[in-house]
Amino acid sequence: MLQDLTDAERKALAQCRHAVLGEERPLRLDCGVDLGPYRIAYQTYGTLNAEKSNAILICHALTGDQFVADRNPVTGKEGWWESLVGPGKVLDPARYFIICTNVLGGCLGTTGPLANDPKGGQPWNLRFPVVTIGDMVRAQAALLDHLGVPDLFCIIGGSMGGMQVLEWAASLPERVFSAVPIACAARHSAQNIAFHEVGRQAIMADPEWKGGDYRLHQTAPARGLAVARMTAHITYLSEQALQRKFGRALQNRNALGFGFDADFQVESYLRHQGSTFVDRFDANSYLYITRAMDYFDLAGAHGGVLANAFRGSPTRFCLMSFTSDWLFPTRESREIVQALNAAAANVSFVEIESDKGHDAFLLDEPEMFRTLQGFLKGAAAVRGLGGLS
Amino acid sequence: MKPQIRVDLQLIADMVEPATRALDVGCGDGSLLAYLVNFKRVDARGMELSQAGVNACVANGLSVVQGDADTDLRDYPDNAFDYVILGQTLQATREPRVVLRQMLRVGRRAIVSFPNFAHWQVRLRMMFGGRMPQTTSLPYKWYDTPNIHLCSIDDFRALCGEMGVSIERAIVLNSKSRPIHMPPLLANVFGEQAVFMLRRD
Repeated sequence: MLQDLTDAERKALAQCRHAVLGEERPLRLDCGVDLGPYRIAYQTYGTLNAEKSNAILICHALTGDQFVADRNPVTGKEGWWESLVGPGKVLDPARYFIICTNVLGGCLGTTGPLANDPKGGQPWNLRFPVVTIGDMVRAQAALLDHLGVPDLFCIIGGSMGGMQVLEWAASLPERVFSAVPIACAARHSAQNIAFHEVGRQAIMADPEWKGGDYRLHQTAPARGLAVARMTAHITYLSEQALQRKFGRALQNRNALGFGFDADFQVESYLRHQGSTFVDRFDANSYLYITRAMDYFDLAGAHGGVLANAFRGSPTRFCLMSFTSDWLFPTRESREIVQALNAAAANVSFVEIESDKGHDAFLLDEPEMFRTLQGFLKGAAAVRGLGGLS
Repeated sequence: MKPQIRVDLQLIADMVEPATRALDVGCGDGSLLAYLVNFKRVDARGMELSQAGVNACVANGLSVVQGDADTDLRDYPDNAFDYVILGQTLQATREPRVVLRQMLRVGRRAIVSFPNFAHWQVRLRMMFGGRMPQTTSLPYKWYDTPNIHLCSIDDFRALCGEMGVSIERAIVLNSKSRPIHMPPLLANVFGEQAVFMLRRD
């Protein structure tokens, strides 16, 4: 199972832990396929206490990974949520046992389209079954079983990570003491599906994509994937932030070039975002994970009434949104809050003033840290979790 | 040691049985919520109009959402709480009658405090000053007040009667925030504010 790894996977698996699951009991996917065995690559920080009551699961977003708080072995950059996780930070490994898994369908060590089909031994590529947010969550739950973690003190995630948080709370409520879905929605909107479709079409229109079998042909749809990333990256920012950062400033020149080079700084910036992304992410994986987000519709899975997803929920919720996020606007968080209120669940909701758009949840946002700290303090007091002040 | 909270909030807190469920509508900085959670083991939630107030509450570990008493109580199911509390906010709602009805749908009991517009200081200022009254419990000018539905203690009792709502307790406070014990006619003159506990009939 560990053969035919990409360089990125090999580097990742050398720096994190992994478990091979589903050998006896395969994972029944929403599409009806039984997947097994499958590998989950994950990272942990801190230790599980004797009562097994201090576990926190962090769920990463679309292009995130398991390296929350240590150097990413592929990019060499620091962990994507190092501002939040680490000694002396809000999520301190001295207090909590923190787990983050690379999602099912991912490309940094967990089974996805890069892996070989156990039947036949050929790479899955586009023959990999389409996975859902629910499948990702069930795979995470199987890993927790494997690790002997009965339930989670808290589960936290932004964007697609927030979708996983909601799915956990809805489908495994008895295993979720508290939940923090940040900058997310209970279903992917038409506009968001539309943006994902542009990205997927860019990948599939790249002649190097070869119907998904580019590795067999030793090519890579780098241009298509870069365009997909450029489009998506715009949706992570805000008009205000783009204007503040770039305006109409020119790139390394004093006058317009009357051509199609990157005249403007914003063009150069986007090209850079696109080209660095292809070095760290797999195109097929991008297709699968965007699809999982598109398929997410928690109300749809509960008779069209979102509140039904949370009836009798014992979980304490804290939702956060950002004022300038137009990908997952505050309105969508508020709908979740209304549904939680209708289910008489314990819920807090904070909208944070920021001009940084959707990306704000990954950035240094003191109000987000304060909110999370306060929420965890309150939850820990109710849970009787010691060592917290 | 128990913290000092505003006198009317303390009276409300004293009305709430320990280990119950309560929703504080217009919870402000969360001082009543924190008291109920920490000293009465109440499963207490809050709703607050100002986002800054909400953020401060949540950062203190309280369960609070941003919301408007006029529009957002309808999200909650019937009998979700033992008490729904509305402190010094009824007079600022657009439809006090609807809000009271919603409170008594969502909660088995409603606790409401409000300033008395028939307090003698208000009467004197109107009668002899000829100007819109400004007092300690009504500190605003006519043009910047959020209070759009002021009432007297007797007005409130009348509304409860019309709505078929039982008054379980009524505490009237004088201008020094001390409870006074007087017949209703006098209480409506010497009471600066009142705290009512209501129940559906």
